[in-house]
Amino acid sequence: MSAIDTWVAEFKARSAQLPGAGLPWLAARRQRAIERFADEGWPTRRHPRWQHSSLAFMEQQEFAAASGAGDAAAALAALRGGEAGHWMVFIGGCFNAGLSDIGALPAGVLIQSLAEAMVQRPDQLEAAFGEADDGDSPAALNTALAADGAFIHLGRGIALEAPIHLVFIAGAEERSRHLRNLVIAEAAAEASIVEHHVGSGTAASLTTAVTRIQAGADARIAHLKLQQENEQTIHLASIDSVQARGAHFASHSLSFGARLARNDIRTRFEGEACEALLNGLYHVDGRRHVDHHTCIDHARPNGSSREFYRGLLDGNARGVFTGRVVVARDAQRSDAMQRCDNLLLSRQAEADARPELEIYADDVKCSHGATVGEIDEDSLFYLRSRGLDEIHARRLLTYAFAADALERITLLPLRKRARAALLARLPGGELLEELL
Amino acid sequence: MLDINNLQASVEGKAILKGLDLHVKAGEVHAIMGPNGSGKSTLSQVLAGREAYSVDGGSVTWDGQDLLAMPIEERARAGLFLAFQYPVEIPGVSNAYFLKAAVNAVRKHRGLPEFDAMDFLTRVKAEMKAVGMKEEFLYRSVNEGFSGGEKKRNEVLQMALLEPRLAILDETDSGLDIDALKVVADGVNRLRSPDRALIVITHYQRLLDYIVPDKVHVLSQGRIVRSGGRELALELEEKGYGWIGDSGEVHHEPPASGATR
Ligand SMILES: Nc1ncnc2c1ncn2[C@@H]1O[C@H](COP(=O)(O)OP(=O)(O)O)[C@@H](O)[C@H]1O
Ligand SMILES: [Mg+2]
Repeated sequence: MSAIDTWVAEFKARSAQLPGAGLPWLAARRQRAIERFADEGWPTRRHPRWQHSSLAFMEQQEFAAASGAGDAAAALAALRGGEAGHWMVFIGGCFNAGLSDIGALPAGVLIQSLAEAMVQRPDQLEAAFGEADDGDSPAALNTALAADGAFIHLGRGIALEAPIHLVFIAGAEERSRHLRNLVIAEAAAEASIVEHHVGSGTAASLTTAVTRIQAGADARIAHLKLQQENEQTIHLASIDSVQARGAHFASHSLSFGARLARNDIRTRFEGEACEALLNGLYHVDGRRHVDHHTCIDHARPNGSSREFYRGLLDGNARGVFTGRVVVARDAQRSDAMQRCDNLLLSRQAEADARPELEIYADDVKCSHGATVGEIDEDSLFYLRSRGLDEIHARRLLTYAFAADALERITLLPLRKRARAALLARLPGGELLEELL
Repeated sequence: MLDINNLQASVEGKAILKGLDLHVKAGEVHAIMGPNGSGKSTLSQVLAGREAYSVDGGSVTWDGQDLLAMPIEERARAGLFLAFQYPVEIPGVSNAYFLKAAVNAVRKHRGLPEFDAMDFLTRVKAEMKAVGMKEEFLYRSVNEGFSGGEKKRNEVLQMALLEPRLAILDETDSGLDIDALKVVADGVNRLRSPDRALIVITHYQRLLDYIVPDKVHVLSQGRIVRSGGRELALELEEKGYGWIGDSGEVHHEPPASGATR
């Protein structure tokens, strides 16, 4: 069962063995976090941030320990396909050095597992780890139970050319994984970080993931998340970024797997003239559910933010987007733009898009727009009138709708990956393979 | 080749084609002229299979087959081609992918080997040259941001690549400068052959200076009200459409049967 007390019991059983258990500050934060989780419980519709995605069902949800999950090495080889870059692999929530290939790094860049960092640089971690009060109750559960993840430190002015890939593969004999990734980019550092959440088997399990990013002045950080968990998994994640003056942060969230996936993506402009791009693409079918809850905090002047989310919704699935934008009183000349466009592939599918604008400054540009539509009949007729059969034409138009989100991924190998992941999801994607 | 008898069609309950007859033989080029709103596009869309139009009566036989019973893509594969009056923009689909998918769907149906990427590029580049399109148009999304003339050239390109047996051009000449007009005419003339038929819908007789039709028909109020030879187009040019009258019933002169070639 996934009822609150089972998690409290799990915490009691495991807390002494968790990496970093000997660090007093960490033990205290974990303790406070599990207490907070026990106190708040799973968020339900009564929670203002969870009106469209109640987790009340979690009280009854069974997560059996998956037995004989697939061959992780084979899954990794299929995923990596010989691509260069810096690869960290986590199985069942723990770093696996044997499968990882971090490769050569320029001086001033550190990439290591969180568990190692707890031993080697606890002081640096203490500042970056996050607090028991951060986020909603699922994030608190993560704070209490997170055992591993990536710790990335980019020194001043260093641009890491190849992406850092973090691969999270569900392990055997586990019912949950709790991952925490910390990224610290000093001034003017540049890097792209990719999180792959790879499902295996068909057993229901829980993933919680928290990624915290500090982008120093003029740093440029791109974060790409490819969520391809198995379709029974509950995936509860947050991405939290803070940006110093002139920093540029891009988040690309591609959510294709999981029975229920929730991504809380937040960024806060702590210096002037920051830029943020939040790009998202989701595809859900069956009775699955995906929810992106974003918040851009224009705390300082001259910031610019762009949000583009696109959803493909099939079967009885539901896609939710909430875009909160806060512009502080002195954040003059802020420029915020937000769009959410959904394509319904079935009559029973449902899309919700909700902007939440809180604007306290007067000299701002803010816009938002949302659409929910079906495949365009004129386009369908045009393609069929050229000999494409209806199924091919529909798939092509579905792909074309999503392609808009892919174009925003500037690094070409990552765009190709995202495209391949999308085609693997779309029924009949092989028909469209020549697009690659 | 194509026999349209007493065709009646409506959209959203509004009757548009009200008993239209048209007979086109293999090897012929027919021009259909008529004022705006007379039903020219409706006729072409009904022939291509647009489901938004409901066929309320009559029949269309194409090479002995019931055309109206065929799904849209089957018509295309069997060799029917419609050059749209308003070609559709499809963001996110590259023109190259679209053209190749179309050509191969049709080739497969005809029992021809599908083109691989190399063969296709060779072929498409040659045809693009003939219609005066730069290669960059291959890598842009289908018709997205194309000018009016570029869209029409893209239609003529598709027609050339698909080698239809029955091509219908719906005002492909409208809004084109003289160079583009010649491209359209050249596309049509290159396609002319004894086993093909073409229907050229046009508002102006200008195009018919370059494409010499075997027959000219005047469509008004959902019916062919006059048929004749090339001279009918010249007459229309001179007198305008006013003489047809609004009812479509006026001047019910006997069709100029046995019109001169
Ligand atoms: N989809 C449609 N919905 C409503 N009315 C239509 C539609 N298509 C055509 N019509 C009407 O049918 C008539 C004939 O249109 P059309 O076939 O486009 O004429 P033409 O091509 O000769 O200018 C016009 O009155 C037009 O407004
Ligand atoms: Mg028309």
